[in-house]
Amino acid sequence: MNKNTAEVVIIGGGIIGCATAYYLAKAGVTDVVVVERNYLSSGSTGRCGAGVRQQWGLKMNCLLAKESIRAFETLNEELDTGFDIEFKQKGYLMLAYNEKMVEQYKKNVALQQSLDIPVKLITPDEAKEIVPHLNTDGLLAATFCPTDGHINPFTATISYAEAAKRLGVRVMTYTEVTGIEVENNKVVAVNTSNGKIHTNKVFNASGGYSREVGAMAGVELPTHPERHQILVTEPVARLQDPMVISLQHGFYCQQTPHGSFVMGFGDPNELKEHVVTSSWNFMEEMAEKVLPVLPPLAELRVVRQWAGLYNMSPDAQPILGEMPNLQGFFNAVGFSGHGFMLAPVTGMLMAELMSGQEPHLDIKPLSIERFEKGELLREPSVV
Amino acid sequence: MADKDVIICRCEDLTREEVRKLIEAGFTTIEEIKRVSRCGMGPCQGRTCHQLLVREIASITGQSAEEIAPAVARPPIKGVKLGTLLKEAESHE
Repeated sequence: MNKNTAEVVIIGGGIIGCATAYYLAKAGVTDVVVVERNYLSSGSTGRCGAGVRQQWGLKMNCLLAKESIRAFETLNEELDTGFDIEFKQKGYLMLAYNEKMVEQYKKNVALQQSLDIPVKLITPDEAKEIVPHLNTDGLLAATFCPTDGHINPFTATISYAEAAKRLGVRVMTYTEVTGIEVENNKVVAVNTSNGKIHTNKVFNASGGYSREVGAMAGVELPTHPERHQILVTEPVARLQDPMVISLQHGFYCQQTPHGSFVMGFGDPNELKEHVVTSSWNFMEEMAEKVLPVLPPLAELRVVRQWAGLYNMSPDAQPILGEMPNLQGFFNAVGFSGHGFMLAPVTGMLMAELMSGQEPHLDIKPLSIERFEKGELLREPSVV
Repeated sequence: MADKDVIICRCEDLTREEVRKLIEAGFTTIEEIKRVSRCGMGPCQGRTCHQLLVREIASITGQSAEEIAPAVARPPIKGVKLGTLLKEAESHE
């Protein structure tokens, strides 16, 4: 552990950092260190809703999500760590309450079907067959994709980390990055609370803290944190198969395999700071949003609420790739709330980039240069 | 009583044997054990198991109980029905 050099230093022990470490090691790049300030999955990963869906409005997101889900399907066997990622593949049901949304969903479905994603536009009655306790008042249509689902974010992260360690990756938890040294526009070292690591490649996978980590290397990233809150109920017998999403109400609601319901909503007035405490009004507003749509959940007791950070980018799309003008500084940041579900493919792509291969998908549209060029991507289906 | 017959977390049916295995595998803080095993995540929110878990960690790692960081306490203090929350929300509108 006292070795003070590494081929790649990964900043952040969330799912993106751990997945990338694994895919790097799998490709033969095993001289890798993951540096995590707290414990693995302690940041945005362990606080996320952990839904995984392919129902997106942008081709890029559909492709990234589809490949990630394919990887998640066989991840327990591939990583073989004894941990179960608890992939519940029972679909996502997305509800549409106005004509504009129906039109958007029709476009999304056409796009998704063209990419072989098994999604369908369905009627309110068909939606009720899938979720019998759904109140269909005011519902015009829905889309359903049976291969979307939900995963345990803790065991998924730990599985990647354990598999990476088995291949030789070093994981330093409770270790804070305090600085990044740059010489002649090249990364040369990372300073941590447990010593300096000489390296020519740094990977910023620090989620809600991406901007601060960028600043350590003199890089200005157009990302900012935004708090999102979630609650979980007591566990009950199996009631709801798919994740239910209403962009109209802005909520998502899933029953985990364990039996508890996990739900959250996007609040446009949320704090855009590094705050992960809960607000008193969240639980009440959550009840107001979810109960008209899923009335029997009124009987469930909320046992816990928590908060985490989305890392927002200007167009709610991730920023992937090596920093122009700073050789060896790589980012996978700004996932804007859908980083967890894209982690496997992100890990593969970043591992390809950092090991000098051509990425197997064209990720140039996700480069940071799109903001200067004004080539913003707009995803219409974000909670 | 054998470790496999001693329950540490009643809500999640977690035995002393399972907890000790995790600690020995390197999950040596309450927050980490909670996340891999659900210990303390059930309806009682750790009110029973928390102290027991501290003792298990202390006995394996050699730390004193005071050195072991407690779990983050999260609201609500006790379970509240979503229906009750809705009524409360409607009452101050």
